[in-house]
Parts: sequence; C-alpha cells; structure tokens
Amino acid sequence: MSLTHYLVLAAILFTIGAVGVLVRRNAIVVFMCVELMLNAVNLTLVTFARSTGTIDGQIMALFVMVVAASEVVVGLAIIMSIYRTRRSASVDDASLLKY
Amino acid sequence: MEIVPAEGLLAASWLLIALPLAGAAVLLLGGRRTDRWGHLLGTATVVAAFLLGLACTLQLDGRRVDVDLFTFVSTGSLDVQAGLLYDPLSAVFVLLITGVGSLIHVYSIGYMAHDPRRRRFFAYLNLFVAAMLLLVLGDNYVALYVGWEGVGLASYLLIAFWHERPTAATAAKKAFIMNRVGDVGLALAIFIMFAQLGTVTYEGVFGQVGTLAGGTITALGLLLLLGACGKSGQFPLQAWLPDAMEGPTPVSALIHAATMVTAGVYLIARSAPVYDLTPTARAVVLAVGAITLLIGAIVGCAQDDIKKVLAYSTVSQIGYMFLAVGLGPAGYVAGLAHLLTHGFFKAGLFLGAGSVMHAMDDSVDMRRFGGLAPRMKVTFVTFGLGYLALIGFPFLSGFYTKDAIIEAAFDRGDGWGYVLGGVAILAAGLTAFYMTRLMLMTFFGRPRWEEGVHPHEAPSVMTAPMVLLALGSVFAGFLLVVAFPLEEWFAPVFGEPEEVEHVVAPIVVSVLVTLVMVLGVAAAWAFVGRREVPVTAPARVSPVVRAARRALYADTVNESLFMRPGQWLTRALVFVDNRGVDGAVNGLAATLGGSSARLGRAQTGFVRSYALTVLGGAVVVAGALLAVTAG
Amino acid sequence: MTDFPWLLAMIAVPAVGAAAVAALPKGRDHLARQVALGVSLLVLVLTVLATVAFDTGGPRFQLTTSVSWIPDFGVDFALGVDGIALVMLLLIGVLVPVVVLASWRETAPGPRSMTAFWAWLLLLESLMVGVFAATDVFLFYVFFEAMLVPMYFLIGSFGGPRRQYAAVKFFLYSLVGGLVMLAAVIGLYVVSNSQLGEGTFAFDALRQLDIDPGVQKLLFLGFFTAFAIKAPLVPFHTWLPDSGAEAPVGGAVLLVGVLDKVGTFGFLRYCLPLFPDASRDLAPLVLVLAVIGILYAALLAMGQTDMKRLVSYTSIAHFGFIALGIFAFTTEAATGSVVYMVNHGIATGLLFLVVGMLIARGGSRLVGDYGGVAAQAPLLAGVFLVAGLASLALPGTGSFVGEFLVLIGSFPEVPVYTVLATVGIVLAALYVLLVYQRTMHGPPRGVLLERAPAPGPVPAGGGGATATTTGTTTTTTATTTATAGPARLRVSDLSRREMAVAAPLVALVLVLGFYPQPLLDLIEPAVAATMVDVGVDPGTAVPAGSGLTTGPGGTD
Repeated sequence: MSLTHYLVLAAILFTIGAVGVLVRRNAIVVFMCVELMLNAVNLTLVTFARSTGTIDGQIMALFVMVVAASEVVVGLAIIMSIYRTRRSASVDDASLLKY
Repeated sequence: MEIVPAEGLLAASWLLIALPLAGAAVLLLGGRRTDRWGHLLGTATVVAAFLLGLACTLQLDGRRVDVDLFTFVSTGSLDVQAGLLYDPLSAVFVLLITGVGSLIHVYSIGYMAHDPRRRRFFAYLNLFVAAMLLLVLGDNYVALYVGWEGVGLASYLLIAFWHERPTAATAAKKAFIMNRVGDVGLALAIFIMFAQLGTVTYEGVFGQVGTLAGGTITALGLLLLLGACGKSGQFPLQAWLPDAMEGPTPVSALIHAATMVTAGVYLIARSAPVYDLTPTARAVVLAVGAITLLIGAIVGCAQDDIKKVLAYSTVSQIGYMFLAVGLGPAGYVAGLAHLLTHGFFKAGLFLGAGSVMHAMDDSVDMRRFGGLAPRMKVTFVTFGLGYLALIGFPFLSGFYTKDAIIEAAFDRGDGWGYVLGGVAILAAGLTAFYMTRLMLMTFFGRPRWEEGVHPHEAPSVMTAPMVLLALGSVFAGFLLVVAFPLEEWFAPVFGEPEEVEHVVAPIVVSVLVTLVMVLGVAAAWAFVGRREVPVTAPARVSPVVRAARRALYADTVNESLFMRPGQWLTRALVFVDNRGVDGAVNGLAATLGGSSARLGRAQTGFVRSYALTVLGGAVVVAGALLAVTAG
Repeated sequence: MTDFPWLLAMIAVPAVGAAAVAALPKGRDHLARQVALGVSLLVLVLTVLATVAFDTGGPRFQLTTSVSWIPDFGVDFALGVDGIALVMLLLIGVLVPVVVLASWRETAPGPRSMTAFWAWLLLLESLMVGVFAATDVFLFYVFFEAMLVPMYFLIGSFGGPRRQYAAVKFFLYSLVGGLVMLAAVIGLYVVSNSQLGEGTFAFDALRQLDIDPGVQKLLFLGFFTAFAIKAPLVPFHTWLPDSGAEAPVGGAVLLVGVLDKVGTFGFLRYCLPLFPDASRDLAPLVLVLAVIGILYAALLAMGQTDMKRLVSYTSIAHFGFIALGIFAFTTEAATGSVVYMVNHGIATGLLFLVVGMLIARGGSRLVGDYGGVAAQAPLLAGVFLVAGLASLALPGTGSFVGEFLVLIGSFPEVPVYTVLATVGIVLAALYVLLVYQRTMHGPPRGVLLERAPAPGPVPAGGGGATATTTGTTTTTTATTTATAGPARLRVSDLSRREMAVAAPLVALVLVLGFYPQPLLDLIEPAVAATMVDVGVDPGTAVPAGSGLTTGPGGTD
C-alpha cells in the first residue's frame, strides 16, 4: 500500500472524529471522538516516520499516546463530576464557560 | 526735568504707604481686641501720613525725587523695581488723599459710631488710603497697576460694607467688574510698553515713547484711556459709580468723589508725554469727557436719591477733568486744579449728605426731606457753601477752576473748541439746575418727613470736617489759581506755562458761565422751588425725564448687550461641556462597554461551538500555510 | 551636608510613613493622623533644608542621586532637581501638612477605617516628590503612573456620592495619557539607541539628541497628550470637575494643587527641551487650546452650581494661562508660568479648603444653598475672599505675579493670544465675585438657616451632602440656638484648627505677592536653561530700548 492510502485513512478517521466532536452531545462520545482524532494524527505520524525512515514520528506518536492517556484520566474525572452534580453527560448542559 | 535720588525725609516717603497699610493690618488681624481703639488708630495713621506728606512736599522744592525700595520682579529682560516717584504731581495727590482722607476718617468716627463693624470700616479705609498712595506714588506703571487694583479692592470692600443688603453686594461686584474691564486696557498698555520699549518705568517710557510708530502710541493712549474710564466712571463705563453709593457715605465722599475716581485723571495727566504725541487718542479723551459730563449732568437732574444726584454730579465733574486733560498742555493744570477743588467741595457735599441721612434715619429720598435748613444749621451752611462752589458761584472754588477748563476749551481755537466749550457751558447750567433742585428739595420748603423722624444736627466730630472742607470749597480755587498758581508748581512735570492767546476773553467766558449758572438756578426755582414737591415721583413725565431717571438706559444697554448674552452663553456652554465634551467621552466609554458586551455574547459556553471555532481556525491557518507555500 | 541624599529622603520618609500607618491596627485613626502630620512636617523640614542646600548659581541639576536600576535597558534610579522642580517640591512640602490638618476630622463614608486614608495620602506625597525629582525619563514615567493609584483610592474610597464614577474616570483618563506617553518614552529610547550606540533614559543625555523633525512631532504628541490630560487643557478636561468635586477636600487640594502641575511641569521639563523643533512647530496648537481653555473654562465656572466643580473649572482656566506662558517661548513668560504653578497651588488649594470648610458647615456643595455667611462668620468670609482674590490674580497676591509675567512675557511673541487671554481676567473677576456674593453676601439664606429643620448634616438640595463632613458639623451649633426675630444662620466662624490651616496659605499668598523675587531667583536659571534647549536666547526676548521687535527665535 502506498503512502497515500495511509494518509487517506488517517484523514477519514480525523474527519469522523471532528464531525463527532461537533455533532454529538454526549460527553463520553465527544471524548472518544477526540481520541479518534488523536489516533488519526498518530497514524499520520507513524506513516511519515516509516516513509522517511526516521523514528521522530514514532517518538512523537508515543508522546501523543501518553498525553492522550493522561487526558482521558483528567477528562473522565471531570465528566464524572459533572454527571454527578447535573445528572447529565450532555456537553450542552454544561455551558458555564461564558462571559 | 531730571529725576534725582531721594535723600533725607523724602527717602522715608515709603512710610506714607506703610503707615496706613500697617493700620489696616493691625485692625484686620487684631480682631475684636482692637474694637475699642481701632478707629482712633486708623485715623491716626492717616493723619500721620498727611503730616509726613506735608513735610515731604515742603522739602520737594520743585524737584522730582525717586525712592528706590526693592526689586519687585526681575526676570529675563523684565525688571520691575518697587520705587516711588515724589514729584509735584504726586505730591498734590498725596496731600489731597491724606488731607481729605484724614477729615473723612475723623467724620467716620461719628458717622459709624453705632456700627458694630466700625473697626473693619476703618481697616478698609486705611487699606484704601495705602493703595491710593501707592497708585499716585509709584514710579512705574506696574506699581500704578498694583495700586490701581488695590483701590478697586478697597472700593469693593467698602461698597459692600453693608453686605447684608443685596443691592450693596451687587453694586460692589458691578463696580469691581467694570473696573476690571478698564484694567484690561491698562494691563494691555503695560504689555505694549514692555514689548516695544522694554521698560515700564515712567522715566523709561516717556523717554523713548517718541521712537514708537504713531499707531502704537495711539493704541497706548486709547488703552490707558480705557483704564482711566473704568476707574473714573467715564463713558462707556460710567454705570457703576452711581450704584456705588450703596456704600457708607464717608466712602462715597472719599473714594467715589474726592480721590479714587479721579485716578483716571491722574493716569492721563501722568501719561502726558504719551498723549502729547497722539492727537487721535487725545481727541477720544475729549469726546469721552464731553459725553460723560453731559450724561452726568442730564441724569443728575432727574434723580430723587440725594447721593445719586451727587454721584452723577461727580461723573459729570470728572468729565470736565477729562475734557481738560484731553486738551493737552493747556488743560492739564486746569483739570488738576478742578480735581483738587472738586475734591474739597464734593467731599464736603457728601459729608453734608451723610449728615442729612444721619438725621433722617438713613433715608436718601429727597422727596421725603424738605425744610431742614433751620434744624441743621451747620450742615446747611457747609453744604450750601459746597453747593455754591460746585455750581461755580463767582469767586468760590468751582468758579475759578471750571472757568479755566472752559477757557482752555475755547482756546483750541477751532470749531471743536467752540463745541466743547459750548457743551461745558451747557453742562454748567445743568449743574446749577440739579444742585439747586437738590438744595431746594432738601433744605427748603415744607417738611415732608416720614413718621417718627426727628432731624437733629450731627455731633461735632462730624461737623468739624464739614466746616474745614467748606472752607476749602470757598478758598481753594482762589489759592490754587490766583494766589499760588498751580501752573508754576507743576512746571517740573508739564513744563513752564506758556502764554496763550485767548480766543474768547476770560471775562466773557466768566460772565457767560455765570449767566448760564443763574439761568439754571432760576429754572430749578421755577420747576421745584415754587411748587410743592410730591412725595412720590410723578409717573406721567416726558420721555426725556423718563430716560434721565433710568440713567439714559446705561444699565439696560449693559444688561442686554453683555449680561443677558453672557448668561445665555454660560448656560449654553455648560450644556455643551456636559453633553458635548463630556458626553463624547462618556459616549466613547459607553460604546466600548456596549461592544464588549456584544462581543462577549459570542462566548456561548457551548463546548461544541468552541470546537467549531477551533476547527475553523485550524482550517484557516492550514489554508493560509498552503497558500503561502504554494504561492 | 550637600552629600546627604535629600531627594531620596523626601521620597523614602513619606513612603515609610505610609507603610507604618498602613500597618497600624484598625481603629487607631487618631494615631494614624498624628503620624501623618509628623511625617509630612518632617518632609517640609527636608524640603526647606534642601532648598538651603540648593545653590542658585550652581549647575542645573543639583542634590543628585543615581543608582543603577535596570542596567539592561539603561534605566537609572536617578534623582535631581533644578529650580523649577525644587519650587514644586516646596509646594508639596507646604501643602501636605496643611492638607493633613484640614482633613483632621474627615470620616470615611461607610464603615471603612481612616487609617487607609492617611496611608494613601503619605504614599501620594512620596510619589509626587518622585515625579518632580526624577531625572530619568523612565523613572519619571513610573512615578507618573504610580501616582494614580493612591489618588484613585483617595477619590474612590473617601469621596462624595459619585466617587466611584469620578475615580474610574480619573484613572482611565490618566492611564490613556500615560500609555501614549509610554510609547513615546520607548520611542525616545529607540532613538537614543540608534544615535548614541546604547539606549538611555537619562534626561541629560536625551536632551543632546538630534531627532528627526517628523519623529519629534510624534514623540512630542505622545508626551503632550499625557500632559495635556494631566494639566488639563480643554478638551481633555472633563475628568477634573468630576474628580475635584467628588474627591475629599484634602485630595482635591493635592489633585489640583500638585498632581495637575505634573502636566505643566512636563511641558516645561520634557516637551520643550527634548523636542524643541516640534514644540515650536506645534506651539500654535497648544496656544489655541490654552486660550480657549482660559475663556471657555471661565465661562463654565460661572455657570456651575456646585462650588467644588466651580473651583475645578477655575483651575482649568488657570492652566490655560500656564500653558500660554510655557509655549510663548520667552524667559519672562515661562518664569511666570512656574510662579503661577506655585501660586495656583497655594491659591486654589486655599480656595478648595475654604469651600470645604463651608461645605462642612452646611453639608451641601451647592452655591444656592448658602447666603449671607459673611455676617456671622467674618473670618471664614475673609479667608474665602483672600482665596478668591488670589484666584482672580489681584495684585498683592502671588498669582498676580505669575499671571502678569505670563501675559507680559507672552505679549511680544504672541500678541493676539495674549490679548484674548487678558480678557480672561475680567471673567475671573466675575466667577469669583459671583460665587462670593451668592454665598457670603446678602441676607441669611440657605441650609444654614437656624429655623431649617436640620438634624445633623442633612443633605439639602442636590444631594450634595458628603458624609465626609460630619466631623466638623458637630461644632457648628456653637452660636445661639434659639433667638427669636430675624433669620440667623447657624454657623460658627473658623475654629483654631481651621485657622491653622488657612493662616500659612494666606501668609504665603501675600508674601509671594509683594516680594516674589526670591522665588524668581530660584526659578529663573532653570527656565533660562530650558530656553537655551529650545533655542531661544534667554533674556533677550525684548531688547531694551529697541523699537519694534519680535525677538529672536520666534515662531519661524
């Protein structure tokens, strides 16, 4: 498979993730979509690493995974606490972040 | 005539100013502790100043003496020294101010005896004397200006002495403001002197004024005249002087008759070297004098307030003096002589009026006087002598000095000379009319007193100064014109008197003036003396009388030209400032606040809209990068 | 003794005093004001001693102290004074103790403690000294901006009913000007960097720069905006009436008496020497604003109903005179401006104080709420009159010397503007005498009337009552309480404390009016040096004895 195939797959994944973030209300789903976008980027990174024969992209992908993992921890904790106080996991209900 | 440095007693002439000033300071700062002897101290300082002035004048011996005191202001090329110039001109004024001033201080002891604020009255009077002496003694225009405004302040304080009366407070303010209008002229004249000549001393200015362009000299003359008009109540700034009669009567006598209001004449006489070079400005002085003397005389005929009559008489008499000094070298001495005799008889008349008011429970309405002659003999006689002197009764003071002015006017020799002389003679007739009317309404006829008024003669502390001033009214003219001619005395200032060819023989003028005067007296007798005086002023009168009663609408003009538009402008500007200038600023603040609120609304709080924004931003950035790398 | 760091001490003493007062426990108000009085008197002594140490014939900047502060940017903590700055320090030294004494009985609106008031006041004094003593432009800027903070709190916490509005307005106006100036300060630094090889903020070094005319104009406008807002010149003036009216009396005195002088001081110290060409090119603009200010503010003053606003407007008119004198470019006029700055501080300070005393008695700021006060409080009326006369520049008061020098010095250079400005002296007489007549003369009237049902300091008319005045109203019941007959005012004359407040200022007004030469001797060398910087030959504005002249270095 050529480079293009991997990149197109990554783009599709990224788009699915982005659209998911924009259209879904459930915080968990939004969260998973974010993960999807991150993984699309990871795929791109690894692909380029492979095609250029360097390991920079792979290292970067590892970083992204670590960050994603910690993000999941913090994010889920926030979602949990919001759910506990509001009995809802909808992102639209938590619109406190305004002027 | 060279100016020489002072030595001996003349070097101490600064004490002339310092004495009354110290008196004022002690009385004002001492507070109630000085209540018991304050009036005595106040009188003593002025009497002492008079004696010192007399001694200085005797030592003068026709010299012009300069006393250098200290550096007032010296910066850059401006150097103003506090210095005094004691010369025949200022000496005469010193004697007039301290002499009449002393008498009026003595009189005030009696006049103000029952006023709880007598101490302050004497403090203000002392302040006035000090400022007035500075005015006439200063050796430069800045010192004159300081004294000039100083007398303005004293005049303000004294007119408003009974400040509970709104009329007095308003009159005081009016006097100060109209004086300030004149002061602007004086100030600008000083600025021009400094800008063009680099000096403000009399010596420096007069020495170099000839090097200036003609237009500049004329401007100087006109600006000085504006200052003089303000201080001396001359047209068009005459309206404050009659209102100033709200002050206690001794104030009217000293400040608004004998001394301060003649400062304008002093200024013009002092600035003779300037006016000698500018016929235009001098012609304006003449015009101002002629117009004012007519206005004063006409309005004086229709007033019922005894002090207002005398005030308009003052306006008119100062008009004579302006006319005289406007005539140039021929008139300076005549004008100053009239100034001196006027100082005597007008001060005497005012003191007499004060005595009458004292007797009539402070009423000033002549329609409620009448028949006072037998009750107040001393007042009647002294007042009568002053009256005769004022209307120019032969061989009394006014006769000599007024005739001299009229002669000088004719001596111009041209058509204008005849016009001015004619106006002066006409005004002499009017003077006789209104003064006779005053005499008749006050001292003769049936008493028209209000209930409960018991006229009585004033105490001797008041009558003694009146007697002395009456003596002055009788003999001053003869002394100053015939016995010891002022012309010779003033020679160091105005040059040796020249022999003039009289256009109209003096005897003709004298006879003419006397005839007109008799006509005026007769007219007054016909209009006032023969009939009963109504206690209220008749309402159905001719337009001329109505105009004269309203002072020829001077106040109306001032109000409609300056006061009302000024008030309107002020209100409009306040509106502009609050709504316009400040409104613009507040509007800007409101706009900023409003737009920030509107922009803030973009922060919806919905995470997904933020995410969309982020995405949009990322797309834009990516697009921009692509465009840059591609392009 | 000349090695003693006078200026540093003058900045440090009140700063330390402020810290000490701030550290006092709540409720120790009396101790706080005693400390404030002691500290301010100490500063007065320091200023007087510094004046003695100052040599009028010596170098321009004296009593210098310099410590490197931010070496990377060439910023020094450099202090030093010329004659102009020194007289301003003297003014501060005199005014602050007077203000402390005048505010002795101030009380804070609400439950707030007064210790903060005294602390801010002392901090303000420290910063005011700094702003005049700085010889490093950056340091000047820092003091210039820092000065806003204590004043903001003085107005905002201890002022009248609309204090919040006034304080914010004051702060924003000044901040806008300050930021524009900051840009210009940085611009100066950049220019100095390119011309001298290394950037500096030292005034003496910047003075030597030869800046491109276009750049000069921009930098001039930067500084000018800040100073014109501070001074204030029309049309940047509308913050002053609000601040002056809402500030507590002591704050208003320092605001108008000293803070605003930073503006005119800045014209003379920074605008003229640093940007001589731009100053001359743009002088007509400033002169127009100055003359408009003189006439416009005078007319506005007449239309005011609030006495404190009225006094504020009179100040705007006076600042017009000062600006006129500075931008006429003659030694006489500029000297006159500095004399006027000093005397205006004294005269307007006195006027604010005496108006404050009247307000303390009646509880209203409105002119119309008073009448006939002179009859029963002659001393109060007398001081009011002296202050008013000084305000209208009557000869014999110090302001006359200033105004006269400004006008006579400006006339040879800019006759038209001067003539227009001279008309202002009539208007000055009007606004002073109008308010004097309405409040002091006439029959008894207004809120002080005995029969007026006034339990305590009740606001009457316009809600002008300030809670800051309760302290003194307790003393106003001294006069007879129930006399039948004609209406009387329930008003007491000046108390001993109030006399102690007024007496030094009245004395200064008169002394500086009759013998101003010592003050001039202090000022003139510095002004002459400034004129040299602008390229005007000092002392020959009017060659004596010559005929028509416009003076060299005129507006070409």
